[in-house]
Amino acid sequence: MDENKSYLYDFIKGLWKENPVLVQLLGMCPTLAVTNAVENAIAMSVAVVFVLTASAIIISLIRKLIPAQVRIASYIVVIATFVTMADRYLAAFYPAQSKALGPFIPLIVVNCIILGRMEAFASKNGVFRSILDALGMSFGFAIALLLMSSFREILGNGTWLNMRVLGSWWDNWMVMILPPGAFLTLGTIVGVSRFIQTKLKKA
Amino acid sequence: MKKQYASEFVLSSSPHIRNKESVPKIMYWVVGTLMLPVAASIYFFRMNAIRILLISIIFSLLTEFVFLLARKKDTSAVFDGSALITGILLALTLPPGLKSSYVAIGAFVAIALGKQVFGGLGYNIFNPALVGRAFLQAAFPVAMTTWVPPVVQKVVDAKTFATPLGGFKFSHVLAPYKDLLIGNTGGSLGETSAILIIIGGLVLLFKKYIDWRIPVGILTSVFVFEGALWLANSEKFANPLYFLFAGGLLLGAFFMATDMVTSPLTPKGSWIYAIGIGFLVVLIRVFGGLPEGVMYSILIMNSFVPLLNRYTRPKILGEGGKK
Repeated sequence: MDENKSYLYDFIKGLWKENPVLVQLLGMCPTLAVTNAVENAIAMSVAVVFVLTASAIIISLIRKLIPAQVRIASYIVVIATFVTMADRYLAAFYPAQSKALGPFIPLIVVNCIILGRMEAFASKNGVFRSILDALGMSFGFAIALLLMSSFREILGNGTWLNMRVLGSWWDNWMVMILPPGAFLTLGTIVGVSRFIQTKLKKA
Repeated sequence: MKKQYASEFVLSSSPHIRNKESVPKIMYWVVGTLMLPVAASIYFFRMNAIRILLISIIFSLLTEFVFLLARKKDTSAVFDGSALITGILLALTLPPGLKSSYVAIGAFVAIALGKQVFGGLGYNIFNPALVGRAFLQAAFPVAMTTWVPPVVQKVVDAKTFATPLGGFKFSHVLAPYKDLLIGNTGGSLGETSAILIIIGGLVLLFKKYIDWRIPVGILTSVFVFEGALWLANSEKFANPLYFLFAGGLLLGAFFMATDMVTSPLTPKGSWIYAIGIGFLVVLIRVFGGLPEGVMYSILIMNSFVPLLNRYTRPKILGEGGKK
């Protein structure tokens, strides 16, 4: 149990062992919706890294001031503030991305990963550990989104981050860009990661 | 004296009556009857049919083998006939001009995502061949709706050709019934010859390998629903007989909807399932964007099978009554 207390563990647990997407299956909505292109996945990940880390700092600082009865409402107010900042920033400086992501940036407010980390971690731990936890979780989210969007964009469009990776002989698998492709990819990736996890445990 | 009794009376626990049926035996009977539409497809589409059939079968068996190996199961199950049926059925639902690589992808998806990820034969929710086809339809929508005319038909513009249903839906042209029965029309490999599919289906019905309620229910309900529309407006809607013989309805009704694993267990469930498929077929064909809807209808009703099994379970003696 010593491992659970270390600062390093606070950070790395989100990357793989408690990965929010692959293990906890949280935040499925943006995961499925924005992974049709790597570009969108990166924009979404950056927004989540910012919102999650900034909210964790604030919540862990004021955690003793928040009455238990209204804590969820308080978290939402803090999170919504940062989401609005991220949303406005994207709309101002990267209008194309903002348009492509549509409602999914404002919807970060209700993303379970963020609310979950506030409730499970930031409201119970100090600032430093909360930052580590938030960074680990949001990087874990980013890794999963990158994996999925790479898979979908390469198969569905023959490109990666708009660069051609498969030659002209490649026939695009339309389905991978469409919603069914998101479900197929998520299922496959979660399945494979579970398979690796059980193999590692046995070894 | 004692010895005599021992040979006359065998003491054992139930079951006492054993049947000689086995999974491979039933499967190979289905394969045998499928040879009829296969023969028709080879006659009408020649090399294209042989190419698609071979690739589909080889990749189905190969995928099955790889997955059984990875799951540490008995690899002799590759030859129990179920993967072979999936391969043949998938090939029969594909347009004859389809690229070989697409066929291979379809066969892989059919076995991998349609069957093995659920736990193999007996555990799949959806008909594997149709899962493969649905994937191809979503992945390559243009290639999957490009039809070539049968070899025996002399057509000047040999690049593309309308299916009987597509022709009716988009340009209001009816194909002659004689061509529909024999199979001298455009369409997927196995959906063209109505008469051979019916003969194959009847053999399976006679051997009781498929539930008669399912094909009867599907065909009757399509006839009734489309007949009602036709009676209301015979200008706009097609003759119900045309709907029965055109497209993949017969192949679907006899060979796909009746799949033992993905159809209901109870008689009442089978009726609901069959009528549901018939209703959806008419709905998609008449009001949907696509000319053909047998595949989606069967897949949709497949997903209801566990529910149907649960709610149509016969009452146990003593169960129910006054509460």
